Amino acid sequence: MIHSLFLINAAGDIFLEKHWKSAVSRSVCDYFFEAQERASEAENVPPVIATPHHCLLSVYRHKIFFVAVIQSEVPPLFVIEFLHRVVDTFQDYFGVCSEVMIKDNVVVVYEVLEEMLDNGFPLATESNILKELIKPPTILRTVVNTITGSTNVGDQLPTGQLSVVPWRRTGVKYTNNEAYFDVIEEIDAIIDKSGSTITAEIQGVIDACVKLTGMPDLTLSFMNPRLLDDVSFHPCVRFKRWESERILSFIPPDGNFRLLSYHVSAQNLVAIPVYVKHNISFRDSSSLGRFEITVGPKQTMGKTIEGVMVTSQMPKGVLNMSLTPSQGTHIFDPVTKLLSWDVGKINPQKLPSLKGSMNLQAGTSKPDENPTINLQFKIQQLAISGLKVNRLDMYGEKYKPFKGIKYMTKAGKFQVRT
Amino acid sequence: MTDSKYFTTTKKGEIFELKAELNSDKKEKKKEAVKKVIASMTVGKDVSALFPDVVNCMQTDNLELKKLVYLYLMNYAKSQPDMAIMAVNTFVKDCEDPNPLIRALAVRTMGCIRVDKITEYLCEPLRKCLKDEDPYVRKTAAVCVAKLHDINAQLVEDQGFLDTLKDLISDSNPMVVANAVAALSEISESHPSSNLLDLNPQSINKLLTALNECTEWGQIFILDCLANYMPKDDREAQSICERVTPRLSHANSAVVLSAVKVLMKFMEMLSKDLDYYGTLLKKLAPPLVTLLSAEPELQYVALRNINLIVQKRPEILKHEMKVFFVKYNDPIYVKLEKLDIMIRLASQANIAQVLAELKEYATEVDVDFVRKAVRAIGRCAIKVEQSAERCVSTLLDLIQTKVNYVVQEAIVVIKDIFRKYPNKYESVIATLCENLDSLDEPEARAAMIWIVGEYAERIDNADELLESFLEGFHDESTQVQLQLLTAIVKLFLKKPTETQELVQQVLSLATQDSDNPDLRDRGYIYWRLLSTDPVAAKEVVLAEKPLISEETDLIEPTLLDELICYIGTLASVYHKPPSAFVEGSRGVVHKSLPPRTGSSESAESPEAAPSAGQAAEQPAVIPAQGDLLGDLLNLDLGPPVSGPPLAASSVQMGAVDLLGGGLDSLMGDESEGLRSDVGGSPAMGGGGGFAAPGPAVPAGVGAPLGSGLGDLFDLTGGVGTLSGSYVAPKSVWLPAMKAKGLEISGTFSRQVGSISMDLVLTNKALQVMSDFAIQFNRNR
Repeated sequence: MIHSLFLINAAGDIFLEKHWKSAVSRSVCDYFFEAQERASEAENVPPVIATPHHCLLSVYRHKIFFVAVIQSEVPPLFVIEFLHRVVDTFQDYFGVCSEVMIKDNVVVVYEVLEEMLDNGFPLATESNILKELIKPPTILRTVVNTITGSTNVGDQLPTGQLSVVPWRRTGVKYTNNEAYFDVIEEIDAIIDKSGSTITAEIQGVIDACVKLTGMPDLTLSFMNPRLLDDVSFHPCVRFKRWESERILSFIPPDGNFRLLSYHVSAQNLVAIPVYVKHNISFRDSSSLGRFEITVGPKQTMGKTIEGVMVTSQMPKGVLNMSLTPSQGTHIFDPVTKLLSWDVGKINPQKLPSLKGSMNLQAGTSKPDENPTINLQFKIQQLAISGLKVNRLDMYGEKYKPFKGIKYMTKAGKFQVRT
Repeated sequence: MTDSKYFTTTKKGEIFELKAELNSDKKEKKKEAVKKVIASMTVGKDVSALFPDVVNCMQTDNLELKKLVYLYLMNYAKSQPDMAIMAVNTFVKDCEDPNPLIRALAVRTMGCIRVDKITEYLCEPLRKCLKDEDPYVRKTAAVCVAKLHDINAQLVEDQGFLDTLKDLISDSNPMVVANAVAALSEISESHPSSNLLDLNPQSINKLLTALNECTEWGQIFILDCLANYMPKDDREAQSICERVTPRLSHANSAVVLSAVKVLMKFMEMLSKDLDYYGTLLKKLAPPLVTLLSAEPELQYVALRNINLIVQKRPEILKHEMKVFFVKYNDPIYVKLEKLDIMIRLASQANIAQVLAELKEYATEVDVDFVRKAVRAIGRCAIKVEQSAERCVSTLLDLIQTKVNYVVQEAIVVIKDIFRKYPNKYESVIATLCENLDSLDEPEARAAMIWIVGEYAERIDNADELLESFLEGFHDESTQVQLQLLTAIVKLFLKKPTETQELVQQVLSLATQDSDNPDLRDRGYIYWRLLSTDPVAAKEVVLAEKPLISEETDLIEPTLLDELICYIGTLASVYHKPPSAFVEGSRGVVHKSLPPRTGSSESAESPEAAPSAGQAAEQPAVIPAQGDLLGDLLNLDLGPPVSGPPLAASSVQMGAVDLLGGGLDSLMGDESEGLRSDVGGSPAMGGGGGFAAPGPAVPAGVGAPLGSGLGDLFDLTGGVGTLSGSYVAPKSVWLPAMKAKGLEISGTFSRQVGSISMDLVLTNKALQVMSDFAIQFNRNR
């Protein structure tokens, strides 16, 4: 099981270590540092590194490497999932997960890590339960604690820990009972030079914020459940009911949680809501290149596309760019060669465009690769897959809750090749 | 008010100051002091000197303070064993506390104190906690048994804790069951023979019930445990599969992959005619695809596993090619794995798409990735015959870019394409020759030289080209030198008149000026062949070469089957069996897929089992043995097993006791002295010359050990049998099944009063075996 955890910053300093079994010497991280040196960028450090006596599994998030040391045959996904859970928990506790924040709260961090694993076995990883065991630091609590001498460690066994619904604590009370669901879809797509789709898929999630008194039992049904053939559920969802009736039936955790994530794969036709017209040309002889891109709406079901942002990594040979946008602002960083254009809303009557010229390094031949354009955008009140919630019902409690559903479509990894 | 204040202490007497604070009367001050101590500990400062002072704070009602002291204890108890005894009483007392949280905390911490003296005192409290009324305490105690076992295995067995732990598998609370399973799995990993997880249909049923109710982590432990079970028939396998499939929709990817492992393994037992078999296949694809939208680290592990799954059952993901297309901002380790799987999935139906993608990748920035993409194009050409022409023209386009490493990779793969489709694409040779000067990597140079030698008759200035390489002969790597030697001999046999001088030059360079035994031996062989019988030389050197197989980099089937049993584990990421990397590997149990039961065996046709079919076809590409003897020396260019460094897993095997009782029976009442003779006689594996016969090497070549090198020159003459008295026929001592494809057979004979042994090592695996060593153990 998980032996030890080291937190390492980008500079290569170990700033926290935690051992769940006998202590492992820091020197084991030397293998990690070697790999880090070999990798061109932090993102490229391989997640699994074998050393003569241990195996190092790492995740890189918030500019911090979380490196777990294991000694025996352990499912690596289990370790990596756990590491991500650690990061999520820190984020949940402290708002942000950063080196400074961790150092500022090192004792809480240590206590939380101790609660999460016992001898390398996961103990409590639901943030709901953790927060009952160790209360997250808040300014108010620190003040109260210093006056009353009480602590931020709960002395009661968390109620949810062993019940059939471990994700929900008992005795929840609210004056306003409300349940909000956000259907958020991200489109991952690769569009080729001519504008046709190479691959496109939709990653969807339903995030919920449920603040309901008591033990409510909810059911959520869809207009078109057939879309959902590849789904992952929160443990609270009753799988049998989904299999037989295609209805989500569950006792929700208290607060924010991800009810469901789903995947609409490339085989189904995925609607592409935007198109990019581009004309980027380098000429062998001249030191000037032409650059022109236009963004326009395609299949948007009548909704507006907002928050459009275009970024592109230009080839090394580009020295500078002089461009004029028809709307929004743009920046070209001559050092990193990153062009970004904050477009904003797309008005179908007047399509946004960015035109101008590129200064190329004199004397070099034209770059081999053409830049890939990365696109970000948002469409409110639309789930691009067409998924629609039919109704939400509550059983088990008598009050009438306030219910709300929101839809949103975003670009995930949306790339246009030129 | 943040914790960073704990780090800012005055420089002088930090420890001294803390000591004073720890002994303060004020609770609040004590707690702050302990926090400071913990903070120093987390950054690796040594605060062990404060041990007695911190332990003194342990007797407290304040839970936070208690927890902090426990944290400290776990870290430093080992360095201060005598002091740690002071804590025992508190633990024993806490195990009786009315608050289950305190009881659990005590039992948890106890196990983490790795001091032998203390463990004895902890047995009684632990026994109580294992039977505690509160499941939270029981589940914590279960883990504590594993901890204790790690410290003192004998004690745990003597105290009967293992039996109590086994009883917990039937506990009413699913969390307790999961932890008991986890603890037992960990214990049995260090004692593979102990047979702790003795599963029967009843306990399986309990596990399956607990599976639905326990936490995600518990599900992983239970699923991994289920995978070790061998169902008694296909009915049972199916019913387990049915109850495991819902786990495929879990949000935790580790649960999903463990479920995939169980299904992949038990599927082996299901008949392919069964409707359920088809349903199951269909159900496996979506969760695997979903894993690819997770964080990159998870993707990487998933991809390494999918690589195995695709080789075992290509039908699962054959329609999902597009999800493996590379996004330009994927981390490099994800890109390389995706590429590998793309090639495995390439087929006539999707080749156009794949090629277009590969061409796109070949213009990216990352050198490693581009190289692999170019190689991939070559592999597509070899795999899908219809696409070969398009692949070749794509490669030519890439050569025109003149990007150095692209050109070199392209030439290496074009050589393989020539091997696969002889006399078809020779028109491109001219273009290749143009780039001769830019080649600086040994592999590319060797490939180019091979091409020139192979098609010497069509290249007008072949002799000039080869001569130009000859100038710096001694600076070349061995690979290039060997290739150059062979190529010039080929050239000589094709155009003997103009190249006599050249061949003499290279032969003398190889035999007289070189220190490399491989090169020298090869040089001598050619020299003798050419001088004694030029006709035979022609037959040997210019013999028709065996075709290379279409699937490259395949994992050898027996290893693949073993790895399928390890889906989701480290072995599946390394693509090596655990015995190859697990520390100590104390008699690691080899897992194997369950055999298919019932009528399915007969129903299995080659079409129905494409993966098995492929494997079986492979050796068939290689022609009969007679031809093979032709040009063994030319074979090292053979099937491109070189591939990516990660995938190339060479078979390494433990020592196998071959002789068993064989020798004894043969010796009968021979004198003691003779036995020791046997120990010394056959010398093998020296000089590297004998190492690693490729898949194509026939059985006979390595056989007559006693006669040594002399026989090598006599290859075409067949393997000489040893003359003399009766020699028992060779019997198989080590079947290929047991040794990952290496078959060893042999016999003993008596010659002139001494005993000799004939060994035949046959490589029946699909890959090169390396690191050979033979050890003879002396009897008594």
